[in-house]
Parts: sequence; C-alpha cells; structure tokens
Amino acid sequence: MLKVENVSGGYDGETIVKDIHFSVGKGEFFGILGPNGSGKTTLLKMMSGLLELEQGEVKIDDRSISDLTKKQLAKKMAVLPQLSPQVFPYTVKETVSLGRYAHHRGFFQTWTDEDENIVQKVMKQTNISHFQDNSVMEHSGGEQQRIFLAQALVQKPDILLLDEPTNHLDLAYQKELLDLLRTRAREEGLTVVAILHDLNLASLYCDKILLMDNGETRAVADPDDVFSEELINHVYQTEVVKQPHSKIAKPQLHLLPGKKSEREGEQVKIDENMLSISPERIVLQSKQPLKTVSSGVVGAGAGWYSNFVNRHVDATYNCTNHREEMREYLTNHGFPVSQTVGMMTAVTLEDNSYRVYEGDGFSVMIVVTAGVGNAVDSTRENSPVAAPVKPGTINTWIFVNGKLTDEAYIQSIITATEAKAQVLRDCHILDAHTKKQATGTSTDSILVAATQQGKEIDYAGTATELGAIIGRGVYQEMKQSIQHYFKRKKMHDHLSFN
Amino acid sequence: MKSNLLKYTLSLAFLISTMLIAISVGSVSVPIPEIVKIIGSEVFHLPIGNDVDPKSISIVYDIRLPRVILAGLVGASLAIAGAAFQGLLRNPLADPYILGVSSGASVGAVSTLFFNISIPFLGMYTLPFLSILSALATIMTVLFFAKKIDKTMRVESIILTGIIFSSFLGSIISLIIALTGEELQQIIGWLLGSVSMRGWKYVGIILPFLIIGGLLLLMNTRELNAMSFGEDRAQHLGVDVEKRKMLILAAGSILTGAAVAVSGTIGFVGLVIPHLTRKLWGPDHIHLLPLSIITGAGFLILTDLLSRTIISPQVLPVGVITALVGAPVFAMILLKQKKAKGR
Repeated sequence: MLKVENVSGGYDGETIVKDIHFSVGKGEFFGILGPNGSGKTTLLKMMSGLLELEQGEVKIDDRSISDLTKKQLAKKMAVLPQLSPQVFPYTVKETVSLGRYAHHRGFFQTWTDEDENIVQKVMKQTNISHFQDNSVMEHSGGEQQRIFLAQALVQKPDILLLDEPTNHLDLAYQKELLDLLRTRAREEGLTVVAILHDLNLASLYCDKILLMDNGETRAVADPDDVFSEELINHVYQTEVVKQPHSKIAKPQLHLLPGKKSEREGEQVKIDENMLSISPERIVLQSKQPLKTVSSGVVGAGAGWYSNFVNRHVDATYNCTNHREEMREYLTNHGFPVSQTVGMMTAVTLEDNSYRVYEGDGFSVMIVVTAGVGNAVDSTRENSPVAAPVKPGTINTWIFVNGKLTDEAYIQSIITATEAKAQVLRDCHILDAHTKKQATGTSTDSILVAATQQGKEIDYAGTATELGAIIGRGVYQEMKQSIQHYFKRKKMHDHLSFN
Repeated sequence: MKSNLLKYTLSLAFLISTMLIAISVGSVSVPIPEIVKIIGSEVFHLPIGNDVDPKSISIVYDIRLPRVILAGLVGASLAIAGAAFQGLLRNPLADPYILGVSSGASVGAVSTLFFNISIPFLGMYTLPFLSILSALATIMTVLFFAKKIDKTMRVESIILTGIIFSSFLGSIISLIIALTGEELQQIIGWLLGSVSMRGWKYVGIILPFLIIGGLLLLMNTRELNAMSFGEDRAQHLGVDVEKRKMLILAAGSILTGAAVAVSGTIGFVGLVIPHLTRKLWGPDHIHLLPLSIITGAGFLILTDLLSRTIISPQVLPVGVITALVGAPVFAMILLKQKKAKGR
C-alpha cells in the first residue's frame, strides 16, 4: 500500500530525516514515535508531498507520489495536520466540504448529491453534524480537530496521515478519535499513519511502530518489541518501567517521577513496634505505602497499601456481601479502603505469633494468626467448593524491608506456602474428611509487602537468604501460633467437660 | 443560512441605486426618470420624449455616466483584488494599497508619463500595461523579501514589508515629480486618486483588464477557499498551490495595475469592501468575489459622489474619502485581531 524507501531530506539542504525505510499494509494502523526534534513531522511532510525528498522514494500502490498530480494524490492520501489558527469564519460544513475539492473537475463543477451524502455521512460519524452551520472559529480545539478530520475523511482517501491527532483532546475524545480511526482501518481498509506523542496510546492502537531518534530509525516493529525499557530509556533519555496493561495484552510504560531518592520518600523500617494488637483486630500502619501482593478480602491483588488489618470475626459470621461489609467496617474504623489490605479470621487473635528476622542488608517481619478448625488436604478429590464467605483461619503476613522484584514476590508466596504445609505435617493435622495429611485450611490468606527501599532482592527461592528466612520464619511463627491455638482449645475443652 | 438570491439582490440594489443617485446629483440636478430615458435612448436607441433637455443628455451621457462607470469599474477591480489577496495571504489586512502593489503600479504609470514611453502596438494601453507589469514586480518582490525575513510569512512580516516598499516606491514617485517641475498639480491630483474628467476612453482602458483579471480570480474561488486554510492544507486537499498562487497574484496585479493606471492610487477600497462583504455574507470565495465586485463598484461610486459634493463646487480627490473611511476600519480590524490573539 504505502512504501517509504530509503527516504532522506529536510529543509534548505540541511538533512533532518536520514534513510528511513518502512512499508505499511492496507488497513494497518502505523505509529510514528520519537522525542521532540526527532524528525517525525518532517518525515510526514515528505510523505505527504509537501517537502521534496533528497533521496529515496515514497510510493503508493507501487507508484511514486512525485508522478501523481496534486489532485490524484489528494484522492489517495489525506492529511490531518496539527491545528493552526483560523483567519476566516467559515462554517463547519463549508470547511468539511472543501475536502471534496480533489473529486471535482473543471472550473465551475457543481456540488452533486454524492458530495452532499458523503459530507453528511462523515459529519455524522465524527459527531459534528449538529453544529454544521456554526463558524469553525467558535469551536474548541478538540472540536476543530474533529472538523478537520471530517475534512480529510470526505476526501475518501486510502491513506490517512495524522500529526499528533490527540493534541487538544480530552481523554474521552482521544479514545473516541482513535477508536474511530481503528474502526475505519479494520472495517474499511483505511491505512492510518499517525505521529503520536503518547507512547501508551500508541501501544494500545498501533499495529506497528516506527521509533525515530535524531532523524534516524531506532526500530520498526510491534509495540511490544519497540517498547523495551532499554530502548525507550535510551531514545527518550529518561527512565521508564514497562508493564503489561492490566486488562489487555499490550505493554504500557510508566514514568518514574523525580530523582530516585525523592521517589522512595522517607525511609521506613517495618518492625514489631508498628503492630497494634487487640482482640478485635491486628493492625499495622506504615508511614509509606508498601508494595503488596495479597489475597485479602479488601485490597487483594497487587498494589500499594499503608494499612494492614487482620480482623477477628465470630465463627458464625455470615454475610452475603462480606466484601461490602468489610469495606464499611474499615471505613468506620478510620482505615481508608483505597489504602488498606483487609483480612478476616475466626481465630482468636491472641493466638498470634510474630517476630523480626534480620538478613544481610534487609529484614523480614512475619505475623501469623492460625487455627486449623477446617484443615483440608488441597489435593483431595471432589473437593467441595469452599465458601469464600467463611473467614480464613491461617493468615500470614510477610513484611520485607528491602526491594523485591516481581519474581521475588511470587517465590516468597511459594516458599511461605511450602513452610505452612510443613508445619501442618509436623503438627499431624489431618483433613477431617479424608483423614489424610492436611496442607492448609480452606480460607487461608497471605500477604507479602515490601518497602521497596534499600537492598535489591531479585529472588526469594529457598536457596536464597530471603527464601531461607521466609521459610524458617513462617514455619516458626506458624507453629507457635498453632501451639497457642491447641493450648487454648485444650483448656477450653477441659473447662467445658467440667 | 442567508439565501444566495438575497445576497445578490441586495448588493445589486445597492449598486444600481448609487449609480442613479450619482448620475442625478451634481451642479445641475437630473431627475432619475430622465436618466433612465437618456440611457435607454443612448444605449438601446429607444425613442426619447421631447421633454428631455439636450443639455441634460450631454451631462448624463458625456460626463456623469462615464465617470460613474469608471468609478464602478475601479472600485470593482480594487475590491476583488483585495478579496483575493486577503484569501491567498490568509490575512484580512491585505490590500493592494497596503502591500505596496498600488505604489508599484504608480511608479510604472508615472515613469511612463515622465519618460514618455510608448510601446508600439500597445498605444494607449502602454500606461496600464507598464502599471500592471510594475505592480506584478512589486508584489513578487514584497513576497520574496517577506519570506526572507520570516519563512512562515506571518501576517505582520508581509504587511511590514509592504509598508517599507510603499514608502520606498513613494519616494521614487516624489523624485520623479520633483524632476518634472511642471504640471505638478495634475500629477499630484492623479496620485491622490480621482475618476473625474476621464471620459469613455478610460472606461475602455480598464474594462478588458477587469474582465481578464476578474475571470482569472473567479476561476480560482475554490482554490482560494482551500488556501485560506493555509498553503499546506490546500496542497493536502489537492490544490496545485504554486500554480494557483501565481495565477492569483498575477490576476490581482492586473486588476490593481489597471485601476491605478486610470485613476491613480485609491487606497483602502480593497481592504474595506472584502472585509465588509465577508462580515455580511460569509467568507466563501465563490460568493465573496462576485459580491465584492458589486459592492466595491457601488462603494466607489458613492465615495466619488461624496468627493464632488461635500464641499461643492470644489472637488476632493476620491482617495481622500476612501482613506478617511478605510483607515479607521483598518485600525479596528487590527485591534480586533490583537484581542483575538490575547484571548
């Protein structure tokens, strides 16, 4: 469809764009990215025929654009430029209608029904027909952008070039515009080439991306390949973190604000003094939010949280909407839901056990509340679906004063779970139904939270120091907690017998 | 949407009424029915009644009618040229006078008179021909320098360059006048702009150029619409910008050159009329150009009428009146533009 072959060029003999080479297929959404001054707009001007090429060729359907007349070119390719101020008060419809210029012949050709139909249809699609008789100048930048998009679309082009089309647009209109373009690309085979400023938007919409730097090609590839942290950091001279989009399979880049020291904020060290324990709940409040991965009732999943609440509920607690109830509970007790991980347990909170373990350059605090009333063997067959409403019975908190990778979080959870299984085995706790060794209870919860300050810890497998501490610590604290539990139970049984 | 019929009817009504009034009013007043009869008899050879004074026939046909028509043609030429320059340069302040084109044409005209140039085969068209040529040369030079000053050719740069050229060319004219010595009053009177005592001959001089220049511009109305969104935008829409730009500049210079050749420099018509027409009827050049022709003609007929009646029996140069009206309008547009930018 569109081929850019070894194109070089610029202004007044100064070469700005050097040896750019790529091709775009029919119906493809192609993005051009690069820092300011990287030559994106210059390249677009050369592609649209405004600037002479010093070298190379731009071809549409294997014909060089320099062989086409201006009108022929305008029927194949339309351009949506960056907005410039308007001088004369043309109406919206007059402005859009100008897009039909290339389809007219001779000096005095009249406006046909076909022209009118196309103009009305496109104005509807771009959602501007309700103000078609107003002056363009009366409208905001975002609306003007849509008016000029409509002008370009009534040219009925095969290819649409856009220069930062989402400038001036509100978030919703950015999405609307790009959705519209993508629909046109998918359904009508419109080839879209867009200079985009926003890397994350480009990732969401582009099939392919050209990354430019200093007028040269840095990459032409899928968004996933172009967005390597290393490449982006190098080209944009900044620091970004690449993450998958949480809902769709596209990469997203996150900026890191300020300097490293500013980002980390005040130094915090999580220790026993920060715990407050009452019969109703165990609470840990941190001055800085901790990066947390957890399976709590509230604040589950991954996120940054500064309040951690393990709440005691009665064994008969039964609420159809326990999440909602928990949120209310937290709010009523002064814990903002957005900053809090909340867990529940029917276990008597006095059966807790905690300790700080020192490692080399880091430390770990482990807090466990355990009861084994409904211990199960997770491998048993026909395992009944455990009602999630039931409060958990073994809740494990692992706080790390260190900087963990994603892998380390996952490995911490594995290691902690292995340790838990070992405790239950050593305490000879059996599944009530199968009479086989239990591996946990049906509603256990875990959280791993790290300050993300200080020492960088890449792994937390059992062969690493962190892994070893977690394994040993969880084992010890949990065993102790279970022993508390048994002691109490025995005493209770004893009392009830009498 | 204002209907096109309404636009043209009102504009034509304005033109015709100014014509009739201008022919009627003067040291000897001629009633309008008589004017109709005289024109009917002279142009269409209709029978004329015995009640018409032969002196009136002479006043109407030999003096007032050619004067009114010449004023109309000059006004039309300047107005359509101004409208085209404004669209092309995306600038509501562009005007043949402000851009220096009128001065350029004057230099051509004055030099022709001074050096007594007569090009064979052109005869009486030598003067307008050289005026047009120097108008064209001036606009090209102005645009060339404006581009040198600032690549993006901002409005301010073009106007500034135009003013510099106007002053420069004005001093050349002054130099020629100083060297002439005699007929000073006449040349200055001509420079200030006037359509008096020119007769049918001058109508014959300007008419062909108005037709050529006017048609050229009317064939480029859609291109002018496109170019008023910027040259890059126009090219993206499919306009052959380089070619069209040259055509429009040439047509504008033909119109200005011819107008200056027959009436001297009459300023601000090319500024005020397109501006007013756009305000009234919208910026679409397909209608803006023809409506500017009609309104421009009517406007200059009216100002010419004022110039010879306001302190009658003395006759003011019509350029003085247009400048009196035009300069405040120019200032007003400038103020409005600044305000719009400041927002």
